[in-house]
Amino acid sequence: MIGADAIIKCLEAEETEIIFGYPGVAICPFYNSILESGIRTILIRTEQNAAHAASGMARMTGRPGVCAVTSGPGATNVITGIATAFADSIPLICITGQVDSALLGSDVFQEADITGAVESFVKYSYLVRDVNDIPRIFKEAFHIANTGRKGPVLIDIPIDVQNAVINKFKYPEEINMRTYKPTVKGHAVQIKKVIKELGKAERPIICAGGGVLLSDAEGELRSFVDRHKIPVVSTMMGIGVMPSEHPLYFGMVGNNGSAYANRAMNESDLLIMVGARVADRAVNQPGLITQGKILVHIDVDPAEIGKNAGPTIPLVGDAKHIFDDFVKEDFECDHQKWLDTLQKYKTEMGRKRTPNPEYVDPAAFIRELSLKMKEDGIYVADVGQNQIWSCAYHIVRKGKFLTSGGMGTMGYSIPAAMGAKLADPERQVIAVCGDGSFQMSMMELATMRQHNIPVKIIVLKNNYLGMVREFQHYSYQDKYSVVDLSGSPDLEMIAAAYGMRFLRLSSMEGAPEAMEAFLENDESFLMECMIDPMDLVR
Amino acid sequence: MEMKKRIYSVLVENRSGVLCKVAGLFSRRCFNIDSLAVGETDDPAVSCMTIVSSGDDHTIEQIEKQLNKKLDVIKVKTFKEAQSISRELMLIKIKYNKNNRRDIMEICEIMKAEIVDMSKHLMIIQICDMPDRIKLMLKLLQTISIVEVARTGTLALPKCTENGD
Repeated sequence: MIGADAIIKCLEAEETEIIFGYPGVAICPFYNSILESGIRTILIRTEQNAAHAASGMARMTGRPGVCAVTSGPGATNVITGIATAFADSIPLICITGQVDSALLGSDVFQEADITGAVESFVKYSYLVRDVNDIPRIFKEAFHIANTGRKGPVLIDIPIDVQNAVINKFKYPEEINMRTYKPTVKGHAVQIKKVIKELGKAERPIICAGGGVLLSDAEGELRSFVDRHKIPVVSTMMGIGVMPSEHPLYFGMVGNNGSAYANRAMNESDLLIMVGARVADRAVNQPGLITQGKILVHIDVDPAEIGKNAGPTIPLVGDAKHIFDDFVKEDFECDHQKWLDTLQKYKTEMGRKRTPNPEYVDPAAFIRELSLKMKEDGIYVADVGQNQIWSCAYHIVRKGKFLTSGGMGTMGYSIPAAMGAKLADPERQVIAVCGDGSFQMSMMELATMRQHNIPVKIIVLKNNYLGMVREFQHYSYQDKYSVVDLSGSPDLEMIAAAYGMRFLRLSSMEGAPEAMEAFLENDESFLMECMIDPMDLVR
Repeated sequence: MEMKKRIYSVLVENRSGVLCKVAGLFSRRCFNIDSLAVGETDDPAVSCMTIVSSGDDHTIEQIEKQLNKKLDVIKVKTFKEAQSISRELMLIKIKYNKNNRRDIMEICEIMKAEIVDMSKHLMIIQICDMPDRIKLMLKLLQTISIVEVARTGTLALPKCTENGD
């Protein structure tokens, strides 16, 4: 057995079923050994998307997504995907081929110091120097990626290590790392303190972040808030923690969120932030969430607590464990008056739009589409105006809402949707992007076709990089610079070229029929919606 | 904001690349490094980094938390200068002449420094002392022509206390 075989054995032991990647000479031993295994390989069309697809898969399965690329440009291309996963704490294992160990550091063909280059975007990285370390390293890597605050782990393996004979393969059962023991169980004293404050609070609110979804704690959180009638708002990454139309859910906070959600958070007297980083897009003025209120900050990463806002009660631990402990506590509270106030804000402060009837109204379109799609369907939003409209108008019922929140990486939706579809082929998966973000991942239509991944794609087309245009509208008095997307291809011809069904919708007239045709069966489909180029998300 | 000085004694896995990861953390998050000294401990698998840094209360706390987050970091101890025994070693090469040789030797005597090497016009002085005294030594030798200086940066351990910690 050689190193490459050992890697495959490790992946099998971790129950990896699918790998996204792009081969090159330095990773060829691995791609040769994988032929003998049952692991399915998906040839992605650019390495960045291998990481995005693995991210989409990880967010569905709760296990690390795996991608494998070659040395040099293969490895450097994957960095944006790794950084995107890191910003949203998505567990990934990224395997990179490397030049021969003896040549390391001599700047030979396709050599890149990838462990050095990704240092600030990975939870951890390895450069494998001894073939006999492979089992231990993979065991540790999967453990690190998917415990504590999750994140990407990169394993760089020189070609000679992949080809070296391994003495004895044994996949370790235990992990022995003296430096890594994340705290998952909340401190009992801190939990009691939170419960005591909840008993006293008149206007409590929970702000749920992506950490709740990552720890699979939606059920625990929902049963806790249902029982005590505590209202919930979410960050962008926390969309889906509560069903959108749940009576206790009051929308997304932040400068792209709804006014009533922000008001609810700011007027509360007890704010419980859980699995959220308190970063600038969600909490523009950290002062507002600490002044005149008790701030409880729950996070599995102690470094996040107090980084952007100093909490009254810090609580380190995994959301699932902590809400499990909360549910066991008994206390009395009545927040009906507070809930009535929030309901009033929601009715009065909702977004008001005056859509241009000559175009498709993205708000109405997204709302209707989310009601027509399957209840447990997966909605993947890209980055740009499409993302903000999706956050505001998509209705999550039993499905998931996936997007790149922390890094805001354009082009995320199509590869992530592919990963999601492969993770759960029975579920309907829709990627919604703009004409800018679509063209950043357009090459993956070939991957969808080659590997039969029937993702449905909506392109909200306005011939602009809309979000930047909107920023230039407000901040530069409509002096537009480098946002015109003229020259974009005819999407009908693109769809035909890749053998996809296609439909163009020019206004809301005929929209219901178009959506039904788009959703009717499990085939890949490209739908272009012409939207008003001057439309604004705010 | 008040800047406070802190000494971080950081035990890390003695592996290649760890120094780079720790130093990179400081630069990426805009934390200061006043000095950094690294060496093996009694356990060859463990190195000790002594990092002197300064910042406001928030930064001081973040440095410790971010260091703890690094997977190669075994333990972080943060202490004030007053709570520690700190030392620095400096080697200083100077050009001397007949007229100032006596003065230099007197300074060395007062400062408990040693002349460890000498040629016709050059000498190397060695001093191992508290960081403030090292600064003073440099100041005292300022009038003499300094050729080269090498310093270890501060090394520190928390003071011995009654409970033996």
